[in-house]
Amino acid sequence: MTTPKKSPNSSSKFLLFLGCAIPYRVTSYEISTRKVLAKLGITLIEMTEYNCCGLPIDPVNHEMMVALAARNLCLAEKQGLNIVTLCPGCAGTLRKVNKKLKQNKELRERINGYLKETGLEFKGTIEAKHLLQLLVEDIGLERIKDKVKRPLTNMNVTEHAGCHVSRPADGVDFENPEDPEALKNLIEVTGAKYVDYTDKIACCGAPIAGVNDRIPLQLTREKLVHVKEAGAQALITVCPFCHMMFDTNQPRIERMFNESFKTPVLHYPQLLGLAMDFSPEELDLKGLRVDPTKIVSQIHGAKKGDSKW
Amino acid sequence: MSKHDSKSEENKVTESAPIKAHEFDSHFKYEITEEHGGEKLKHCFQCGTCTSDCPIARFSDSYRPRTLIRMALLGLKDRVLSSETLWLCAACFTCTDRCPQDIEVASIIRILRNAAVHRGGIPLIFKELGSSILETGIAYRIPELRLKKRETTGLPQLPKSNPEDIAKLAKATGFSKLLKRNEKT
Repeated sequence: MTTPKKSPNSSSKFLLFLGCAIPYRVTSYEISTRKVLAKLGITLIEMTEYNCCGLPIDPVNHEMMVALAARNLCLAEKQGLNIVTLCPGCAGTLRKVNKKLKQNKELRERINGYLKETGLEFKGTIEAKHLLQLLVEDIGLERIKDKVKRPLTNMNVTEHAGCHVSRPADGVDFENPEDPEALKNLIEVTGAKYVDYTDKIACCGAPIAGVNDRIPLQLTREKLVHVKEAGAQALITVCPFCHMMFDTNQPRIERMFNESFKTPVLHYPQLLGLAMDFSPEELDLKGLRVDPTKIVSQIHGAKKGDSKW
Repeated sequence: MSKHDSKSEENKVTESAPIKAHEFDSHFKYEITEEHGGEKLKHCFQCGTCTSDCPIARFSDSYRPRTLIRMALLGLKDRVLSSETLWLCAACFTCTDRCPQDIEVASIIRILRNAAVHRGGIPLIFKELGSSILETGIAYRIPELRLKKRETTGLPQLPKSNPEDIAKLAKATGFSKLLKRNEKT
């Protein structure tokens, strides 16, 4: 499967759906995304009165999950704008529910029955996308490449995109989850060298961290081992939950397994931002738990007068 | 979770106690196939792709999606709905994407979880997430200090939520009732 080219009906204005985890704990992702997208000519409109996409309570009550997702979709319909989310969980949920509600009349009528009490009605007129999809479809690799001012040559990096970017394939309808290309291509556009590693597409385990604290850490630890073995100097994520597993929990994993990784974990917009010549401060690199100084000085080493951070 | 815990967890699902005839609920599979995502349950031929490709099963002594599917098909309603391992699915959807019979395995796990909550109780974490959604619109309660910090870092204020509308949806879907009635420790 090839990465989709910029689609003819691409847009430059999106409603930003922040979700829950990003404003709660992962603001560095939001800060860097806003900087990078503005430079790429994308206008983000704040989404007023949004609510949780619904995914966290899907295990409790599927019907409420659909209703919560539908309410968000209706708010966007009222504004006539497509949604962009930074969290793949939110994107996947909104995309799946949007598709189901468009296809299934019975479900649509039932959900609209609930929504009626809030003055809303699902019509099916907008799309929801994850940041990756916006980058490859609405901006396009060529336009991103044009904005790269400081190619990250000599840097080896790899990815952990996160399951919900493309799974379940039927519903999310983005790229082939068994052989994903979007994030790989986006990393290579920055000039960095992309390295592959064992079990790259495997889950980090984050969704069950609230139920079991051992298995997710074992999963994440194994991936960190593979990333290190592959010689990657940094791991790139596009999901707040995956990021918490690899970055926030990395010191804990190191203590637990008596190992040392020291692998910086950057949000993709931070990597792209560095290549676009934003400063580490502008991209909130100090918001990361694992110190990325080593790789940043590798990029910035040659340039005198760079502010310390 | 300690080793001891995972052992007792294992006993719950694969407990070797013989299955008694009265445990079979022959209608149970139809309760699942009637739900969105559960339609293809009966297509399962127990190949085990779901379990062998499951990232959680690799590190768990007890979580086996194939076992849960088989229990559901056999109608072992009590056993499957009270199984602790039901809550170990990470919803990564690898099983769903790779099932040769196109069964939405992860969705069936979700249907079983919904049913378990309906008759048993909600694991604490979901009770917390659900209550926060009702009160604040989002799944986590963000401390005031962190909201203030958004301004100093140049981020726009977080949009206000609409708890009245969320409450209406929670009432209509039965979600608020579930949150109030059930508490599983």
